Amino acid sequence: MSDAADKASNKGAGKKKFSDPRDEFVQHLPALRAFALSLTRNGALADDMVQDTLVKAWTKIHTFEPGTNMRAWLFTILRNTYYSNRRRAGREVADVDGIMTDSLSEKPAHDGRLQLADFRQAFEQLNVEQREALMLVGAQGFSYEEAAATCGVAVGTIKSRVNRARSRLIELMRLEENEALELTDSATMAVVASRKSGGAL
Amino acid sequence: MGRENGKAKAEQVIDENLKRVYRDMIDDDVPDRFMELLSQLKEQDDSTQGDDNSGEAK
Repeated sequence: MSDAADKASNKGAGKKKFSDPRDEFVQHLPALRAFALSLTRNGALADDMVQDTLVKAWTKIHTFEPGTNMRAWLFTILRNTYYSNRRRAGREVADVDGIMTDSLSEKPAHDGRLQLADFRQAFEQLNVEQREALMLVGAQGFSYEEAAATCGVAVGTIKSRVNRARSRLIELMRLEENEALELTDSATMAVVASRKSGGAL
Repeated sequence: MGRENGKAKAEQVIDENLKRVYRDMIDDDVPDRFMELLSQLKEQDDSTQGDDNSGEAK
């Protein structure tokens, strides 16, 4: 009620009206949820983690250096939350709810879709270090340096995780044995997808 | 052609898939609970800040 008036008078008193960096949190919500989901592979868990992250970030905003990458900062908090929860649980939370593979059942078995479903399934089989590295570098477009800082590891470690994640996905999706030559057009994608569908798992 | 080329193409497929999956995730509507949480946090701050001179944040 009178808060607004207070603020206004403060401003009038020559206090520079600085924008609260926390107003930007909302812009990062979709990315945070996606990152959480790629770590947990469980929608409910992911959103709980995002909630914890927001609360922590809100109260620790003084540790954020203005002008630096806020998304990376939020991701760091989120992954710390994830890893400390996991440590407490004593294992990688194995409760995969398949939310990432949901489209498998609901979407029509269109060529591109089919391959995408395979991809999601393969992605969920990566270990968590590989999932996060790939998510940061491959999907978010973080530089190796940014990803390394976010994960608190060496740049070389991130590079090798990304490489190993890619190789593993190629293996899981059997891209190589199909010679993967003209894979970029969707017709070939469909062939690969249908050949693959009888496969292991 | 050959193995190197095949591998590069395969990686490209991987990256394309990854981006598509990511885009799907991003497009998912953010549940209201998060917006509610943020405004709750803001309200809390506003009410505890009261006369707003303790935090001397520039």
